[in-house]
Amino acid sequence: MGKTLFDKVWEKHVITGQAGEPQLIYVDLHLVHEVTSPQAFEGLRENQRQVRRPERTFATMDHNVPTKDIFNIKDQISKKQIETLEKNCQEFGIRLAKMGTADQGIVHVIGPQLGLTQPGQVIVCGDSHTATHGAFGSIAFGIGTSEVEHVLATQTIWQMKPKTMGIHLHGQLQPGVAAKDIIMALIAQHGVNFGVGYAVEFYGDTLQQLSMENRMTICNMAIEGGAKMGMMKPDQTTFDYLKDRKYTPRNFAAAVDYWKQFYTDDPSDYDQIIDFDVSQLAPYISWGTNPAMAIPITATLPKSSDKNFERAYHYMDLKPGIKATEIPIQWIFIGSCTNGRLEDIKEAAKVIKGHHISPHVTAWIVPGSRTVKNEAEKLGLDKIFKDAGCEWRDPGCSACLAMNPDKIPAGIHCASTTNRNFEGRQGKDARTHLASPAMVAAAAIYGHFVDIRQKEAI
Amino acid sequence: MEAITVHRGTTIPLMNNNIDTDQIIPKQFLKNILKVGYGQHLFNDWRYQDGGTPDPSFILNDAERRQATILITGDNFGCGSSREHAAWALKDWGFKIIIAGGYSDIFFMNCTKNGLLPIILPQAARNQLAKLAPDQEITIDLPKQKVINGTISYSFDIDPTWKEKFINGTDDIDVTLQYEPQISAFEQKIPNFG
Ligand code: SF4
Repeated sequence: MGKTLFDKVWEKHVITGQAGEPQLIYVDLHLVHEVTSPQAFEGLRENQRQVRRPERTFATMDHNVPTKDIFNIKDQISKKQIETLEKNCQEFGIRLAKMGTADQGIVHVIGPQLGLTQPGQVIVCGDSHTATHGAFGSIAFGIGTSEVEHVLATQTIWQMKPKTMGIHLHGQLQPGVAAKDIIMALIAQHGVNFGVGYAVEFYGDTLQQLSMENRMTICNMAIEGGAKMGMMKPDQTTFDYLKDRKYTPRNFAAAVDYWKQFYTDDPSDYDQIIDFDVSQLAPYISWGTNPAMAIPITATLPKSSDKNFERAYHYMDLKPGIKATEIPIQWIFIGSCTNGRLEDIKEAAKVIKGHHISPHVTAWIVPGSRTVKNEAEKLGLDKIFKDAGCEWRDPGCSACLAMNPDKIPAGIHCASTTNRNFEGRQGKDARTHLASPAMVAAAAIYGHFVDIRQKEAI
Repeated sequence: MEAITVHRGTTIPLMNNNIDTDQIIPKQFLKNILKVGYGQHLFNDWRYQDGGTPDPSFILNDAERRQATILITGDNFGCGSSREHAAWALKDWGFKIIIAGGYSDIFFMNCTKNGLLPIILPQAARNQLAKLAPDQEITIDLPKQKVINGTISYSFDIDPTWKEKFINGTDDIDVTLQYEPQISAFEQKIPNFG
């Protein structure tokens, strides 16, 4: 019997313990942000413990930070949290991407961007979308604050080895259909907990067509299908992406040689397989209050089958039977660790270029990091958005979770490139519709969703 | 961590499936830098009406259930965001045991770190428990792995390591630091490409 990508990375990190019981796993990279870390640092102080490997730890500020007038944080509690992170990083000797610096941004955008994320690693962060980093062939998963404290103190974590699931993606995407649509369709068809208890690996010829940015979008949302992590085999696209980044190994050729051992020997090695043909896929949009409540743009909203559906329809103020294209859109948000990278911003700009957004729509564009913002501006993308009537803001999580002042108002339908459409996620009583960057950009122009595969739509 | 062996208490049923951590503790309460004080905001958006008055129709506001320590709920409880604040809020409110159809992995781990025992029972059993009167107590016997309601008892599975941890109330970091020599030895072998 062969081994999966997951098995190979896992085995390289087991310090002690047998399969079938919790095993002590070494952590190569620990990413930290301001919201899930203060209590962990406090715990270290209370017990007079140090950070075992500060050089394997990297911190940024993202969840709370303003995306306008960034040095003027009005919310005193947010301000305190951000100052606390600064203080903690200083006290414990941890690198920090401070506000306003090029490296600062959403934790899952900056890890790859800086080359901190590398194949074959174990990466953890106090954030569920840590799964994003699995696109590089690493075991990457979210942890809670007590575990953050544990990793800070020991550079290790106790884990039960999960089962493995292979998701076979094959076929070519139609023009206008995005990586986001693949993962949204998977969750719509297999539910929000198909991945519970599994390390999910995506494999198959579709991946070869996808950039690292697209791959990250898929792994990022694996968690919305209940998976603890999403992974992909590192290949030439991965190595090319990593070359010459700030923290990639200096002896790059040797590193690549090492990374090449991480792949699944044979699909029969997975505990379970899902087969998924992407060639007939249409763009997806979500209509309800969890990511599985999503449909192709060509469909109508489904019959209300149970209480959960009823509740979702009530919250979203929508009715079964209406067309996906009839959902009114009054706000759009482009950003987040799902779709806030340069390529996503470019996709959206391509659609927006030469148009003006609907007078009924407010549009926020929030780059995933300061570097993404700078690069986009170099390409003149900010101008395209501004000319079209969109707001071009500073980097951060922003309206993805609305912890800062960036909230979608109550009752408003927002087309969003983010990953969660839970009740209240983007603001109290705000109504989120998940979609790809191009679909969201097109919705801004029309004030409702359109099928962007139809050229005349744009 | 506070130990749990045999616990006796009353229940609150909240039978929706897929209750996510955003509902358990909305993000506006995550800005605090402490571990306590979240109980008052547990299920905030369901619990309070606009303007902040408690919604009398929401079960957590039922005065007869204020002493409950056992939450009975649906499938996939605690999905979504990794925030440990969800476990802290449940704990701070007074819950000690959760009985669900299943949990998200991260939430489950967060429970094990905070002395909040996450039990899995099938739907039929939970439906029975959901009918309990506000003052009716049940017993959770962790060593025997049983939920006991009068003459009826339901067995549940739990990994032996977590079980022991709950029974002893062990601090994880202390346990791990006993492996210091192995961790150091491991670090010597990590490949370094500069
Ligand atoms: S962008 Fe959204 S999903 Fe990503 S880390 Fe920030 S809040 Fe979480």
